[in-house]
Amino acid sequence: MAGSSIMETLFQRTLEDLIKGMRLQLIGESVFISKALEEIRREIKSTDLHTKSIALQKLTYLNSLHAVDMSWAAFHAVECMSSSRFAEKRIGYVAASQSFNESTPVLLLITNQLRKDLTSVNEYEASLALECLAKIGTVDLARDLTPEIFTLLSSSKVFVRKKSIGVTMRVFEKYPDAVRVCFKRLVENLESSDPQSLSATVGVFCELAAKDPRSYLPLAPEFYRILVDSRNNWVLIKVLKIFAKLAPLEPRLAKKVTEPICEHMRRTGAKSLMFECVRTVVESLSVYESAVKLAVAKIRELLLEDDPNLKYLGLHALSIVAPKHLWAVLENKEVVIKSLSDEDANIKLESLRLVMAMVSESSIVEICRVLVNYALKSDPEFCNEILGSILSTCARNFYEIVMDFEWYVSLLGEMSRTPHCQKGEEIESQLIDVGMRVRDARPELVRVARSLLIDPALLGNPFLNRILSAAAWVSGEYVEYSLNPFELAEALIQPRASLLPASIRAVYLQSIFKILIFCVNSYLSQTETLADWEPKVLDSISDLASVRAPIEGECEEAFNPRVLGQPSADNSIEDIGNVDDGDGQTSKFVSFSKNGFTRESIANLLNLVEVAIRPLSRSLEVEILERACNILGLIEVLKREMPAVFQNEKVLEKEELEVLKLIKLMNDAFSEELGPVSVSAQERVPIPDGLVLKDNLADLDEIMGDVKLPSASSFSLESPYYGHRMDPASSNVQSNEDSEASNESMSLLAEHRKRHGLYYLPSEGNGTISNDYPPANDLKSVDTNQDDTEDFVKLTAQSLVSKKKPNYAKPRPVVVKLDEGESVPVVPKKQDSRDDLLSGAVRDILLGDDAEKLSSSIKGKEKVNMDPLDSKENMHDMENSHHRKTTSRRSKQQPHRKERGRTSLEKLGKEKEEHGGKVKSKSSHRHGRQKSRQKAEGSSDVIAQTPVIPDFLL
Amino acid sequence: MGIRFILMVNKQGQTRLAQYYEYLTLEERRALEGEIVRKCLARTEQQCSFVEHRNYKIVYRRYASLFFLVGVDNDENELAILEFIHLLVETMDRHFGNVCELDIMFHLEKAHFMLEEMVMNGCIVETSKSNILTPIQLMEKSS
Repeated sequence: MAGSSIMETLFQRTLEDLIKGMRLQLIGESVFISKALEEIRREIKSTDLHTKSIALQKLTYLNSLHAVDMSWAAFHAVECMSSSRFAEKRIGYVAASQSFNESTPVLLLITNQLRKDLTSVNEYEASLALECLAKIGTVDLARDLTPEIFTLLSSSKVFVRKKSIGVTMRVFEKYPDAVRVCFKRLVENLESSDPQSLSATVGVFCELAAKDPRSYLPLAPEFYRILVDSRNNWVLIKVLKIFAKLAPLEPRLAKKVTEPICEHMRRTGAKSLMFECVRTVVESLSVYESAVKLAVAKIRELLLEDDPNLKYLGLHALSIVAPKHLWAVLENKEVVIKSLSDEDANIKLESLRLVMAMVSESSIVEICRVLVNYALKSDPEFCNEILGSILSTCARNFYEIVMDFEWYVSLLGEMSRTPHCQKGEEIESQLIDVGMRVRDARPELVRVARSLLIDPALLGNPFLNRILSAAAWVSGEYVEYSLNPFELAEALIQPRASLLPASIRAVYLQSIFKILIFCVNSYLSQTETLADWEPKVLDSISDLASVRAPIEGECEEAFNPRVLGQPSADNSIEDIGNVDDGDGQTSKFVSFSKNGFTRESIANLLNLVEVAIRPLSRSLEVEILERACNILGLIEVLKREMPAVFQNEKVLEKEELEVLKLIKLMNDAFSEELGPVSVSAQERVPIPDGLVLKDNLADLDEIMGDVKLPSASSFSLESPYYGHRMDPASSNVQSNEDSEASNESMSLLAEHRKRHGLYYLPSEGNGTISNDYPPANDLKSVDTNQDDTEDFVKLTAQSLVSKKKPNYAKPRPVVVKLDEGESVPVVPKKQDSRDDLLSGAVRDILLGDDAEKLSSSIKGKEKVNMDPLDSKENMHDMENSHHRKTTSRRSKQQPHRKERGRTSLEKLGKEKEEHGGKVKSKSSHRHGRQKSRQKAEGSSDVIAQTPVIPDFLL
Repeated sequence: MGIRFILMVNKQGQTRLAQYYEYLTLEERRALEGEIVRKCLARTEQQCSFVEHRNYKIVYRRYASLFFLVGVDNDENELAILEFIHLLVETMDRHFGNVCELDIMFHLEKAHFMLEEMVMNGCIVETSKSNILTPIQLMEKSS
């Protein structure tokens, strides 16, 4: 056994051999590694610690660079750590810090080893243990080793001390109670004259302050001293980061540090420090005009540099400044725009953000035009960045910035046609959203939808599917604005539509259905009207007779369509965009040229659709199947019930009246307007008494198993997007029932609603007992209880227009907003409980009994005097007691107990002024403090006393 | 923790040194290195040295055939990290004398040693070259 060990030692390959071998290997890297691993597994079992350590070293190497698992060797690492030889110990420590984690079982074994090494006289051994602890420190390790760390924090050996400072962060993070022991020593190191410890300490505080800045406000004087005195750029950068966090919390502190920071900004030759100063100013001191001006000047210097790094940082700083000081961006407009064509994607992105920050109501059209053109030329990735930022900027706060919706809708269309466009989802939702919210944009929306639908080339692009689905929905929902519904229908049934995924085909089919209904209804009602009003002139029309005036005659081929309800013959010159006031009928206008709703064109349309849809009635996708069947059912009904249309016969059948009613009903159902639904709509439904919503209803299924539930669609809220209303009317078509039944179910439904009115939105159903569900926000019902919201929206829209753009060409259309409901609920951010513990502990220490020692008069060797505040005390109390303590730092005789005080803002303000005036000379500030202390003492037992806020920098 | 990891990768994309300051599993490491190498190595000299990646950013610099990549938190000072990389290279240069990729390959543990002196728990604690090198020289002398 011993022999083999010697042989192993003699012939063991070292790490260097392994690396060399790896470079020269011809058998393939993975084979080589697995061979080496075999060797290592054998060697690592050796009783000779040297052999073991070399094997472990090789394994560590392979783990680090070739991702070889080494968790199995954890115990061997522990063995090496305990070696008395430094080289072997080191190998063990490196292996441990690289591979151990919270769940490593042998972690329990190393506590004593670490303790032994931490207390070792050899500073290098101690440093090994410290480094290891910094990486793998767990809660247990942190707790058990806190005393040793505490000792090392004031070690006379700088080498160990700075590392023990570095390790405190990990220890605090894992075991917040360590703060009570070590924090004071850590603070002492801020005073250290030794640059290494100072630098390490500032680094630790920088990290700590990033998590919870408020707790470290009392240390501001120490940081300030470093900011002014230190000449080490690394330290200064860290201190600046701390002040960036502290300054927003304490205005007087901000005021105080502004000048030294500007001084550094002016003087320093190091770009890194200069940039940090700039960043601190623009992030945290942006209220100080002169400082911001200086910072912007420095940013400009950066922007004009050739170095892409500086340029990027300059742009980055500008984007921080932009929300508060837009002038800074406008001043550098040329550079920003030029950077859009930089060859670095990161720089382009930053400048794009800045360009979008500059957008205003007046410039949006121009900027978007430039950007969309630019998107055409740029690479796919950046193209989509551009499109994405246009979409999000324009949609911000309900299209606040968009004045001209016709322009915006056509821009959406244009963006969809950008070759690399992958923003289908966003464009889809905006097309629909604009349709629902902005009534005036609908004609243009339909035009855009038509041009998208009609282009067969777009169907093949999967990224555009979502857009096409929106276009199809728009064309079906707002078909009354279409110039040519037949064309739309043809576009929707084009053969290439089969390329679309099933869900989108379903939308297509539903839109065809709506268009059919619309066309047939328009045709029927127009003949009816004509028959009603001009029976003598139009006696040639034979198809359908109204009840009052049955008429015989030939159908006129080229026949002038009429606007319903407007009998005068000159209505044909009516403006296309005109919208009827709408008394429930939808056919507000029809184009009067070639596509009138003649008998022939309707028959053509029906035939065409039937031919195209017929194959889909055998589709495997239920959505498609169902909708196709609906359409075919409708066509069948029409064919059977009104043969006149198809056979050109002069028959007058009574059933036709029924058909007319049926079609009207369906059309009415579809012409009901859909509105946006508030996200909080559901919450606003009051929960009736005695209704238990949290009961588990699983067993209800068994009981109710054979009871047929009413179809879900009859009382679900409309989805805001795909409002395919499968209302009773349309289902009747499918089952080929006559309209009697439809009326019946409608009345049933109305009945149901009446009975359960409680469960519906309270804002609705004001008198208008409609058979269909009103949308959440019904535009038409101005005199329902929604009208004040409406008015408000109108009012704001008007005031916006008049204030910002008094002479804008046309008024901004109304954008429907729901009241408070549509703002996204903000969930208050919860702090990590561990962080809470940590900052709680820090507060206890800093604001606790020994707070008075925290000023410059800290004596190093004092024993820690722990008297943490009652943990039940809330933040407010702590703050208050702390204020008093710090002010009375020098009067130690004062007992500090819980003194509950109320903050009076007024007095506080005065206090601040007082302090502000007295910071000029040292003597006067002392005086000021004296004064405030007296105040605090004098009023200490008055309940409504003024808490004195110390000027931390004195 | 300011610095999350330090990588040295040659231009073929092979990792030469990897130092993480937070625990990642082997798979996570491998994925991360792959993503970063793909992202950074393709960039040209004319592009800036900062790349945003996931929820942090990478500051990198190329020296001859070797890329030094440092993953830092978002609010870390980019230029300071560039200076840190340069300091690291200078330190290695002083120790090895005209440092090259092979030096780091064959003396990985020394490179690690230097990093340990410079960075503690993700914080830069030491920036003086002679201070960084003293322990290494001592160790070399003793062995």
